[in-house]
Amino acid sequence: MKVLQIVESAYRGTLEEQDDTIIWLTQAMKGAGGDLDVLLRGNAVSYALKDQDASGLSFGDWKQTEPPRIDEQVNGLLGKGVKVYYVDEDASERGIDKSDLVKGVQAIPRGQVAELLGAYDHAWHW
Amino acid sequence: MAGKKTLTFAIMDPPYESGRSTTAFRLIDIAVKRGYDVNVFAYEGAVCLPFAKQQAHPNAVHGREAEEENHPLPKDWVAALIKSAATNGGKLDWVNCGLCVDERGVAEAIEGVRRGTPADLWKLAEGSDNTLVIGTR
Repeated sequence: MKVLQIVESAYRGTLEEQDDTIIWLTQAMKGAGGDLDVLLRGNAVSYALKDQDASGLSFGDWKQTEPPRIDEQVNGLLGKGVKVYYVDEDASERGIDKSDLVKGVQAIPRGQVAELLGAYDHAWHW
Repeated sequence: MAGKKTLTFAIMDPPYESGRSTTAFRLIDIAVKRGYDVNVFAYEGAVCLPFAKQQAHPNAVHGREAEEENHPLPKDWVAALIKSAATNGGKLDWVNCGLCVDERGVAEAIEGVRRGTPADLWKLAEGSDNTLVIGTR
């Protein structure tokens, strides 16, 4: 079974979770032998931006020592052989250039997403 | 500092679901650091924020044991804010909607959290300089 994880809901509780939960889930299932790829769309295209820094959160004397490092998560997926796509227009509409993104993510034009879906047994849209 | 302010926050999102909760905590953090008196009326899922049984866990995907992971627990954030308020000469009155608590089975809240009703929200707002609602979307 081959699954495309479509991630659209972005930065939802990432500071509390120390990651994006769907990227995390993908890593965990890949580690368990799953065959998955990822498509970032909408606001989630920002997950592929290099050099994100979410450090510094504190409340009173509580300090977050391990902030989310979502670009590293994306790199981790690529390192495990997971293909990470992003919708090209969603990036450009947000002023994100390909040079701003981690190496290895692949742009896919919005008009070719349907064709991409055809390469998978399941498309899970989060 | 101009006169001491009293602010009320009505919040609604559960933990681990939305950046809005973190934003609310950041605003409350600034207010208590200024010595303001702050009221929080936690409604619906937000009553789970100070739930005492939240537990940190190791994270195999991150490759860290529980201690290294230092997993954020919103109950610790609430406790830190209550402490910070007292340190800075104010107070944080955290009121959990009682019916919302019962629905969710989260009666065991950390120290400093009290049970209340919508009438408390009304009273708190009446006694405040301003009230900010951060609702679920």
